[in-house]
Amino acid sequence: MDHITFLVAVVIVTALAFDFTNGFHDTANAMATSIATGALRPKTAVLISGVLNVVGAFLSTEVAKTISGGIVDDALVSPGMIFAGLVGAILWNLLTWLVGLPSSSSHALFGGLIGAVWVGAGSHGVHFDKVVEKVLIPAVASPIVAGVAALLATFLAYKLTARARSQSVTKGFRVGQIASASLVSLAHGTNDAQKTMGVITLTLISAGALGHDAGPPFWVIASAGLAIGLGTYLGGWRIIRTMGKGLTEIQSPQGFAAETASTTVILTSAHLGFALSTTQVASGSILGAGLGRRLAEVRWGVAGRMVVAWMVTLPAAALVGGVSASVVKHGGNVGTAVVALVGAAVAAGIVLVSRRNPVSAHNVNDTHEVAVRGTEPTKVGTAA
Amino acid sequence: MNLDWTALGQVAAVSLAVTVAVVAVFAFGVLGLARYEGTREEGGATSGVGLAQAGLCFVACAAVVLYGIYLIVPQFH
Repeated sequence: MDHITFLVAVVIVTALAFDFTNGFHDTANAMATSIATGALRPKTAVLISGVLNVVGAFLSTEVAKTISGGIVDDALVSPGMIFAGLVGAILWNLLTWLVGLPSSSSHALFGGLIGAVWVGAGSHGVHFDKVVEKVLIPAVASPIVAGVAALLATFLAYKLTARARSQSVTKGFRVGQIASASLVSLAHGTNDAQKTMGVITLTLISAGALGHDAGPPFWVIASAGLAIGLGTYLGGWRIIRTMGKGLTEIQSPQGFAAETASTTVILTSAHLGFALSTTQVASGSILGAGLGRRLAEVRWGVAGRMVVAWMVTLPAAALVGGVSASVVKHGGNVGTAVVALVGAAVAAGIVLVSRRNPVSAHNVNDTHEVAVRGTEPTKVGTAA
Repeated sequence: MNLDWTALGQVAAVSLAVTVAVVAVFAFGVLGLARYEGTREEGGATSGVGLAQAGLCFVACAAVVLYGIYLIVPQFH
């Protein structure tokens, strides 16, 4: 095991930490609407989603062969840069969770890596045309496609069932939601856990601990699957509230339409080789479903802040990644330790601030706002 | 940069069509179920038509779900 240096060990731990934040950041994508409509009880929803994410992680054999899908020059990437990039991604994920904004974990990871490689290897290490092709275009197109699909489907669902017994309609669509939400979770597990596996595997290869073209060892698959599953189970309740309640009030036909649209867009684009953000697809679907029901209120202020968060995600994570990379580059092992400690301290600080106004399984549906500053004491639950 | 607009268009078209179709078929199923439950509640003679409609529609949706699982799981390909 002499190949596993201090730096490599730190990268592995950081990658798993990122995987964990990826899980709890994205629980909302699959489960927010089911929780909001009462199709699933909050704890049941996150349990199903967590288990399916683990299952998905084990199912996917096509582990990401590149760290970034060609966005940065993999040949120039060192473990130090990967570490710096991951720190940027984790901190951005935590910050957006604190304010309850659904932002893309993939964009955070790409952003962190871009910043770290730019600083560590120079701007020629970043393929900007790939950034446009793989990040920008899907980021604009996928939520629109999902939104339009959900809008039409919602409109049709209400039109068709307008004169039917409302109890039967609500109940029927709730049952349907369980299936559609589960599919989103499974698809998420096969996609997102892979990224972490790819990062760890490529780090091990670059350190010489694994041969070239080696697949991930079992312990990498297992730990990545468990990290994302555990994160999903703990649930990013703040984001679940925003997506389930904040954007619009969701009823079960809308929830079903939104989840169906998300699943379809995710599966068709994965099939045709498009990388996209589950978060943005799910948000687009929910907005579309909100617009598709007559008189449904869409809170454009929340939607606007969300879009701003999407645009800022990549540059913000890149900034943190770049700063971290310069410390790691010039400080060596000491620098790495310093970045790790500062990163952990900032993360702990964000978690502490979130405790002032915790959102949990008990109060997730009580209101539609996620406040950072402690207002009146709400029901006390464990923050997660 | 070569952007594959055809693939993008395909994703958009297929997603739209499948989503609308699944939700519409499911809505028809719910409609059948609602009719069946409605007549039963009123004590009327329940005909099997509503229930058959619901069953048929839900089976169709289940088939789509299975196809979705097939797409997700790489071992099946």
